[in-house]
Amino acid sequence: MTRTGKFFGAVLLAIAQLAAAAGAQAAGLKLEKEQLKLGFIKLTDMAPLAIAYEKGYFEDEGLYVTLEPQANWKVILDRIITGELDGAHMLAGQPLGATIGFGTKADVITAFSLDLNGNATTVSNEVWALMKPALQVDAKGKVVRPIRAEALKPALDKFRAEGKPFRMAMVFPVSTHNFELRYWLAAGGINPGFYSPTDVSGQIRGDVLISVTPPPQMPATLEAGTINGYSVGEPWNQQAIAKGVGVPVITDFEIWRNNPEKVFGVTKAWAQKNPNTHLAVLKALIRAGMWLDANNGANRKEAAQILSRPEYVGADYRVIANSMTGTFEYTKGEKLPVPDFNVFFRYFANYPYYSDAVWYLTQMRRWGQIPEGKPDQWYQDVAKSVYRPDIYLQAAKLLVAEGKAKKEDFPWDSDGYRAPTKEFIDGIEYDGRKPNEYLAKMKIGLKGTEKVENGNVVAR
Amino acid sequence: MSLPGNAVMKEEVVVPSAEAAAPGPTAPAAAESRPPARSAKARDLRPMVMTLWRSVGIPAVAIVLFLFIWSRLSSGIETSLGNIPGPAAVWSQTQALWADHLAEREKRAAFYQRQEQRNAARLAEDPTAKIVERKYTGKPTYIDQIFTSLQTVFAGFLLATIIAVPVGILCGLSKTVNRAFNPFIQLFKPVSPLAWLPIVTLLVSALYVSEDPMFAKSFVTSAITVTLCSLWPTVINTALGVASIDRDLLNVAKVLQLGVFTRLFKLVLPASLPLIFTGLRLSLGVGWMVLIASEMLAQNPGLGKFIWDEFQNGSSNSLARIMVAVLTIGFVGFLLDRAMYGLQSLFTFGARR
Repeated sequence: MTRTGKFFGAVLLAIAQLAAAAGAQAAGLKLEKEQLKLGFIKLTDMAPLAIAYEKGYFEDEGLYVTLEPQANWKVILDRIITGELDGAHMLAGQPLGATIGFGTKADVITAFSLDLNGNATTVSNEVWALMKPALQVDAKGKVVRPIRAEALKPALDKFRAEGKPFRMAMVFPVSTHNFELRYWLAAGGINPGFYSPTDVSGQIRGDVLISVTPPPQMPATLEAGTINGYSVGEPWNQQAIAKGVGVPVITDFEIWRNNPEKVFGVTKAWAQKNPNTHLAVLKALIRAGMWLDANNGANRKEAAQILSRPEYVGADYRVIANSMTGTFEYTKGEKLPVPDFNVFFRYFANYPYYSDAVWYLTQMRRWGQIPEGKPDQWYQDVAKSVYRPDIYLQAAKLLVAEGKAKKEDFPWDSDGYRAPTKEFIDGIEYDGRKPNEYLAKMKIGLKGTEKVENGNVVAR
Repeated sequence: MSLPGNAVMKEEVVVPSAEAAAPGPTAPAAAESRPPARSAKARDLRPMVMTLWRSVGIPAVAIVLFLFIWSRLSSGIETSLGNIPGPAAVWSQTQALWADHLAEREKRAAFYQRQEQRNAARLAEDPTAKIVERKYTGKPTYIDQIFTSLQTVFAGFLLATIIAVPVGILCGLSKTVNRAFNPFIQLFKPVSPLAWLPIVTLLVSALYVSEDPMFAKSFVTSAITVTLCSLWPTVINTALGVASIDRDLLNVAKVLQLGVFTRLFKLVLPASLPLIFTGLRLSLGVGWMVLIASEMLAQNPGLGKFIWDEFQNGSSNSLARIMVAVLTIGFVGFLLDRAMYGLQSLFTFGARR
């Protein structure tokens, strides 16, 4: 190499180094808003928020975040819309429901799924006693799981004979819990009831009456006898065991393997006004998810300890640890391993898949929250306007560039649809690209152009 | 003068005997009564001992008895959150809350230090950068919650006073005004704060819109709910106080042809102050009770929210912590009442009339 060549090379190297330095500089995003208030509900799946705060990930991004517990999901949605909260731990169905105008109408988006799984359904001791004789047991006398909803039938028959309604609770009309509970019941041949534009109770033609109760009040309401069972996130199923007021019968992992759970939601207007702040929050949340799932859950005990503080979930450590450390206590003393009960990062958990959004929309259609049939394209359009993997990948890219995340941990080339899956309790295949075909496979539920009118399902 | 039937809300002032025995600051007789008291002590200790027994001994015995019965009864009641906490559990949670407060203060100091470093680094990088001091982002401690509640109740109470005293004076001075206001007073007085709250919440979020609000919406909502519920005792007692001014005094004012304002400030107000203060004391008491309920329901920061959060937590310490809050609320309520009583005796002539 000639002398000039060497010199030229050195200059090039220097320029490259300078560029790299500039790149590192750019990593410090120019934030539109530094002081944020994020809302959450006292559930263990708010963990990424608590961890991002406690481990200083928010501060690393230059964010001054206050986390505030909220009374119920309705309050969360309202306060997001009024701007009292910048962002929040939300039900996956909430941004979708708000966007299509079921309940409060508002443009809410999400670029981040907080976790997979994490819910369960619990019944009262009375119902459990009625179910138990009909349950299948293995050679060792252990109950065969998953328990199918058919097992509820003796209890339903007894209630009907006595003229008492069988009441179950979930946390919000468009919540995962509502859809999971309905899915489980319908898979067992029990009609969970329909919604219609004139009757939003969701109890039309229902064999069980399903209504809303805020998560932390579930055990107390069950104990009071107001409801006979509920579907809710943790720690409120383990709490029922700890308090001896009920028995969890099935986890959502058994209803749909690795189903998407809560999301981090913001309004569309907020995201447009604060794009860099949004990215910074996502970066912190991704790191929190990584921490939660690192080394096969080595940090979960510490996480459970943090969550048991009164300002976060506040339940006793042992109750939170039950589900957070990869086990689940079904009946007193019967603690079984469920390693994927809470997934915060593995399996690309945080990527907001369009197909997940479409699944929620199909369930809204199935039970009449979407009163009229819609073409497949409509499902895709709504999903793409609410779920924003583009923003998520942008945040991931920044983290990879900073060396804080590994490239292979993110699905860079996904088109936003998971591969078709049959991992449901009834084995029916779901393909996010064909929502109407999927709905047509369901025995109970609206399909095609069916409508609920005057308390009856009518075909048009 | 026909005032609302149940206008006489003038509850007899309950004064602990210790204070009743001590000479009031305004009593001119105090100076004269002191020497005989001292000589009495020299001669015979019995009355002193009796006073001491009545003022300190009886309450102390009652408290000990109460604690005993409490600790006995509580261990027998099993809830789904464990036993009802006894005095010992409540005391240990009080200590825990205090330790928690101190720990949080340390975290706050560390937070400010980190922020300073970060800002310094930022300035070093870019000297023109705009640095804004951010407030601590951690949770409010129990002590913070008490002060938030106090601020809110005073804001609501102040607003109520500003409205209620003039309205009360008008009602007291003119029978016409009184008759006009009476139906509203009767109608709204018994309304619970919980009924007002949703309306207030919606109104506040509709009307109180600003990019950078001076007060948090939750604060405004709570304060206005307090105002709406604590208006009435002041209105009614002020009206009664004004209406029951000695006719002779008013006649004299007429003879002297005093102007409206002179009459108001030299005669009407001073003469009705004792009852106005009775009303204010009742109002503050009502406001304090209302505040806790509204904080609980509207998720506004303060002691009410503390209780609600603990109830939702459902941990094995929750009941004891709620008990700490109950006792705190009672104690603060008592202190507020004493403070108002102090004000009352400062502002009224001749102690009570």
